Amino acid sequence: MYESLETADNRENLKRVVIDPVSRVEGHGKVTLLMDEENHVREARLHIVEFRGFERFIRGRPYWELPVLVQRLCGICPVSHHLAAAKAVDQLVGVDELTATADKLRRLLHFGQVLQSHALHFYHLSSPDLLFGIDSDAKHRNIVGVLSGYPDTSLEGSKMNIGLQGVKLRKYGQEVIRAITGKRIHGTGAIPGGFNKALTVEERDALLVDIDQIIEWGNAGVNLTRHLFLSNHEYRNHFAAIRSNFMGLIRSDGAMELYHGRLRATDEHGAAIFDHVDYRDYQDVLREVVKPWTYMKFPYIVSLGEAKGWYRVGPLARVNQCDFIPTPLAEQARQVFAEEGGGEPVHSSLAFHWARMIELLHCAEGIKELLLDPDILGGELVVQGEKRMEGIGVIEAPRGTLFHHYQINEDDLVVKANLIVSTTSNNQAMNESIRQVAVRYLDGRTLTEGLLNHIEVAIRAYDPCLSCATHALGKMPLQVELLDAQGERVSRLAKNSDGSLSD
Amino acid sequence: MIFGYGNPSRGDDALGPLMLQHLEILKPCHGWHRIELLSDYQLQVEHALDLLNCRLVLFIDASVSCVAPYRFERLQEKRDDSYTSHAMSPAAVLYTYRQLYHCSPPPTYLLSVLGERFELGESLSPSASAHMQRALRLAERVCRQAQLGNGPVYCEQLTQTLDQETGGGDQESERMSRVSDA
Repeated sequence: MYESLETADNRENLKRVVIDPVSRVEGHGKVTLLMDEENHVREARLHIVEFRGFERFIRGRPYWELPVLVQRLCGICPVSHHLAAAKAVDQLVGVDELTATADKLRRLLHFGQVLQSHALHFYHLSSPDLLFGIDSDAKHRNIVGVLSGYPDTSLEGSKMNIGLQGVKLRKYGQEVIRAITGKRIHGTGAIPGGFNKALTVEERDALLVDIDQIIEWGNAGVNLTRHLFLSNHEYRNHFAAIRSNFMGLIRSDGAMELYHGRLRATDEHGAAIFDHVDYRDYQDVLREVVKPWTYMKFPYIVSLGEAKGWYRVGPLARVNQCDFIPTPLAEQARQVFAEEGGGEPVHSSLAFHWARMIELLHCAEGIKELLLDPDILGGELVVQGEKRMEGIGVIEAPRGTLFHHYQINEDDLVVKANLIVSTTSNNQAMNESIRQVAVRYLDGRTLTEGLLNHIEVAIRAYDPCLSCATHALGKMPLQVELLDAQGERVSRLAKNSDGSLSD
Repeated sequence: MIFGYGNPSRGDDALGPLMLQHLEILKPCHGWHRIELLSDYQLQVEHALDLLNCRLVLFIDASVSCVAPYRFERLQEKRDDSYTSHAMSPAAVLYTYRQLYHCSPPPTYLLSVLGERFELGESLSPSASAHMQRALRLAERVCRQAQLGNGPVYCEQLTQTLDQETGGGDQESERMSRVSDA
C-alpha cells in the first residue's frame, strides 16, 4: 500500500524530518520523514531499538536458568518471557505435555500477566486523547459525551474515575502473579517440565473475592472502548488504517489461545495463508530480513515473500483471527467487534484498543474459571523426559506472538538463542501506519504539534516494546528536526514532557 | 517511602536498586522503623497507590544527564504524554496520585545519580559506584529526617547541612534544584 515510501528515489534531493524521542540509552524510537521541495512525504521510517545484547547476555548460561534470567529483559512483561522460555526449556528436558495442574497454573499466571498489561490501556482510557487523539473541539466534545455516559466514570474531577479502575485492574493481575510465583514481579513459577507449587485454598479464595468486580469492570471497559472507537468516522475508516495479513496462535478447535496452540496466518480478507502449523516449525513459514537502516529485523511469511508477507500480531490479530473466544462475555464482545469488519478482519490500527479490552475481559473470565478448577490446588507438578539439544517456546504475549528458540551443548550451556518479540513482528505494520498518517496528515503542511501527535497516537496503538528493561528518566517525548537535502538543519521543533513546544 | 528503581542487569541502571539494598542493611542498625523501602524495575501507574499516607517520598534513579555525582530536586506532578506505555516519570506517578485520590501527593523528591553505561549484562561502572557512595550519604540524611516528627517532611535544607559538615567541599547545594513549597 505505502511500500513505495520505504525508500524514495532521488533521496539526495529530499528534505529530512526527524522525529526523535530522546531517551537515555540508545534512543528508543525515531521517526524519519523525507520530504521533497513541496513538503510531500516521500519516505517514512520508524526506528526502534530492540533487544541488543540479548544473545551475549544469555550465551554460556545453563539452560535451567533461562526462565528466571529472561525476566530481566523486560520490566513490563517479565512473565511472558518467563513462560516462553519455560516452554522452550520443557522441550530441552524432553517434556511435550505437562500435568493438568502445571498447565493450568501456567495459564492462570499468563492470564494474570495479560490482564495487568492490558489494564494499563484501560487506565489510559481516562485520558482518551492519548489513545485516540483529539485535534479539534468537535472531537473533544464527542469524547466527553462518550465518557459521561459511562457508568461511574467521567473526566477528571469526578468522584470515581476510570483511572482508578484501571489501576485496580492492574493490581489484581499482579496479585494473581504474586499468589502463584511469590512476587508481584520477577517471581518464579514455571520450572523445567512443570511448575514449582500449587495454589493454597487461602490464596485461591483471596483471589475469588474480587473477581466478579474485575469481570464487571472489564465488560464496561469493552463497551467504553467500542463507543470511543465508533464515535468518530475518522478513527474507524482513515486513521492509520492499513490493510494487512495477521498471525498468531490458535487452539485446535479455532478458539482464541494465549498460552499454547498452533500458528495461524490469514490474509487481509481473512482467508487462511497457513493454519495449525506446529510452532516448532516456525522457520518453515516465517523468515526474518535485516534492513540497513534499522537494528530491528523484519519477519515475513515465506509463501508470500518479503514484499507482501508482512503481518500484524497482538490483540487485533488474535480477535480477528480466532473462530470464537472460549469465555461467554468476551465472545459476545468479539461478535460485536466482528460485525464492524463486515465479514472481513477489522484493519483500523485504533481498533487495537478495542480488541485489547476484549482480551482483558477474556482474561478476567479465564481467571475465574481456573480459580474454580480444583486442579490448581494440587496434583502432580513436574514431568521428566530425555534431554534434547534444541527447544522452541511460543506464547501470545500481551503485544503479540513471542518466540524463544534455544540450542544447548552437551554441558547444558546455551550456545544459541533467538527471540522474535511481538514488536518485531509488528515492525513493518508500524512503519506502514506511520506512512499512512504521514501521507494523510503531514503531506504538504508545515509541522505542528497536532500533526506530530497523530504519529504518537499511531505508535501507541501498537504499544511497541522499546528495548524495555530500562526506564527513561529525562526522556523528551518528541524532537523534530527539518533538514535540507545536504543534511543541514532548517528548523527544529521539540515537544517537552509537559507538552509545551520549544525550538 | 524510599523508592529505588532500575534494572539490576543493565549496568548503571542498577544504581537505584543497589542503593535500596544499602539502606535495607542500614535500616535496622539505625532504627528507621518508619522508613519503607520499595524497589522495582520501572515506575508504573499502580505505584501511585504505594504513596498513600506517606509523609515523604524519595525516588532514587540513575541518570545520564545530571551533574556528577547526583542531583536532588523537589518534584511536582506532571502528566506523562509519552508515546510509550513502558515507563513513567516520577512526576507522572504524582500526577496519577492526584487523579486517583483528588488531593496533593506527599512532598516528593528525586535523587538522580549519574551513570554512564546501561547495556544488558554489564556490571556497575567504577564512576557510578563512587557517585552512589556520595548519594547514599544524602539518602541517609533523608531517612534520619523522616524518622523525626509528624506530618509532611521537607528536605530542601538537607544538602546545606551536608555542606556544613563536610566544610562545603562537596558543594551538594549547588546541585540542589530548589522548588519553593506551595
